[in-house]
Amino acid sequence: MNETAATSIPIAGNETSSVAPKRPVATKPERLDWPRKMISAIAPPLISFAIFLFVWSQIAGHVKVSFGSIPGPLAVWKQAEVLWNDHWIERQKEAQFYSELAKRRADFLAKNPGESFPDVKYAGPPTYFDQICTSLETVFTGFFIGSLIAVPAGILCGLSRPIHNALNPFIQIFKPVSPLAWLPIVMILVSALYNPPHPWFEKAFLTSAITVAMCSLWPTLINTALGVASIDKDYLNVARVLKLGWWKQIWKIILPATLPYIFTGLRLSLGVGWMVLIAAEMLAQNPGLGKFVWDMFQNGSSQTLAQIMVAVFTIGIIGFALDRLMLLLQRLVSYDAKGI
Amino acid sequence: MAFLNLQNVSKSYGVNGRRQEILRDVNLEVQNGEFVAIVGFSGAGKTTLISLIAGLIRPDEGKVTLSGSEIIKPGPDRGIVFQNYSLLPWLTVFENIFLAVEQCFPDWSATKKSTHTEKYIAMVNLTAARDKRPRELSGGMRQRVSVARALAMDPQILLLDEPLSALDALTRATLQDEISRIWSEDKKTVVMITNDPDEAIYLADRIVPLTAGPGATLGPSFAVEIPRPRDRQAINHDPHFKKLRREISGFMLNSKGERQTAVTKKLILPDIEPENLNLPRMNWRKTPLRRSEIKEETVK
Repeated sequence: MNETAATSIPIAGNETSSVAPKRPVATKPERLDWPRKMISAIAPPLISFAIFLFVWSQIAGHVKVSFGSIPGPLAVWKQAEVLWNDHWIERQKEAQFYSELAKRRADFLAKNPGESFPDVKYAGPPTYFDQICTSLETVFTGFFIGSLIAVPAGILCGLSRPIHNALNPFIQIFKPVSPLAWLPIVMILVSALYNPPHPWFEKAFLTSAITVAMCSLWPTLINTALGVASIDKDYLNVARVLKLGWWKQIWKIILPATLPYIFTGLRLSLGVGWMVLIAAEMLAQNPGLGKFVWDMFQNGSSQTLAQIMVAVFTIGIIGFALDRLMLLLQRLVSYDAKGI
Repeated sequence: MAFLNLQNVSKSYGVNGRRQEILRDVNLEVQNGEFVAIVGFSGAGKTTLISLIAGLIRPDEGKVTLSGSEIIKPGPDRGIVFQNYSLLPWLTVFENIFLAVEQCFPDWSATKKSTHTEKYIAMVNLTAARDKRPRELSGGMRQRVSVARALAMDPQILLLDEPLSALDALTRATLQDEISRIWSEDKKTVVMITNDPDEAIYLADRIVPLTAGPGATLGPSFAVEIPRPRDRQAINHDPHFKKLRREISGFMLNSKGERQTAVTKKLILPDIEPENLNLPRMNWRKTPLRRSEIKEETVK
């Protein structure tokens, strides 16, 4: 009786129920509490996901496009399986190719000792998982280049007003530029400037990575500058009393004090980078997820839409995972554990 | 010439129009090995004064000298204990102190640096908390780390900026005893800033009150002639203690009283004249103009 009174929501104007006894909420033993917490944490997303799948499957059959109807969840799942199987079939083929190649090489060398056997590589198409790996490589390369520029530039901006004032117009102007605008410039520059005889990277890879870097360095730069500018003055006074040198001051005081800000920036940057990458890969034809989506769009088979949807989910899930990864790193390195 | 010397030091903050004088004509002489306490109200410019001695800021006029040479910038020869500890939160107790040791004695071997650090951690009774970060320590423990860091630099003079004001009464008493013990061990020159006359009398050789700001200056010195070691309980009944306390409090309250009388007040008097309804009014102005009178008066 008492419990119902305590848990019921007081209704405005209803005097009797709003004067609920002000005793502390009944403390139940914890072991009874945790399953309820688990359920309340897991059930809502499960339910909303189920509703999403249901609505999707209901709508899917009714929308006709040029190559049949929109695929439902099941069709998409089937395509995911197909892509998965394709990957392993392709791997088998590749292994077979190389074992045959080794045999041929051995035969050739036995017959013609001293001569060199041409180095042949397997030329099969990249599988879906190869494309995911390429995308991840590209985004991390671009993110790394961007951070390498952004963190020192941010520290300088935060330390010195004149440098901040000098760089600020560029930051403000270039920050909102879309990756699609950068890409042609980067493409032209890369093909003009990057022509080594034995290239380490493919041009498309480099173009995408640089575009990612161009777009993803801004959040890190701005956050680092903000972090440095808002360092507690006491820490700087400590540095002055101890007469720390410039490098030591950066290394021992400024960098650790700014680390939480830097990592917030890096986390935002990686998110932006991942988003930019897909667009960049579509246009630069870097063999990654973006190119996969574009190729599927171009070939227009009956599986096109389903496979693109698989790609959409993959992109989303990987983006989420990258964000969690950065959050984890942020918590590991920052001295301030309030975020936990 | 005195060990630490402040000559006609003045310091103001702010731009021309709203320039506020914090310290005016401050003169202070501290002898080598002396423990001087500067007592003042909050906001009187105590931290400004200690920052001047530390070299964190420069005076507008006058000069601060330490053993004959003028103080231009901060340095490890003046160990300072900041009011809010200023420990680096990403370093452990050991690392915080080690950073200072490393910086002051770069020629020492690594083992010598560590033993030196350990010695000062032991001196403030924190050996058990050696590898903890400041966040895991209580306020009193943090302040002790801060004191250990300043002492480990082996400074010529130790500057304490309200070191105990953020602590509860019990911790405060314990730390006072500890500061007293440490001081009696190596007799460094100490300038301590505090807002508590009792604390000043318990610890210092000489007490210099700072008048209330703005434009604060130092009053006459009060020598504390209570023999050491001082007993916290017995001291309360010491007639000299009572007299000192009365004199210092009296001086400070007086200085505050004098200041308050010089206040210029701006009063906005209510408009009590009846409204003249016959005056033509612009139609967009719904309410008639009122003539509030602004009166300025200086109360002496």
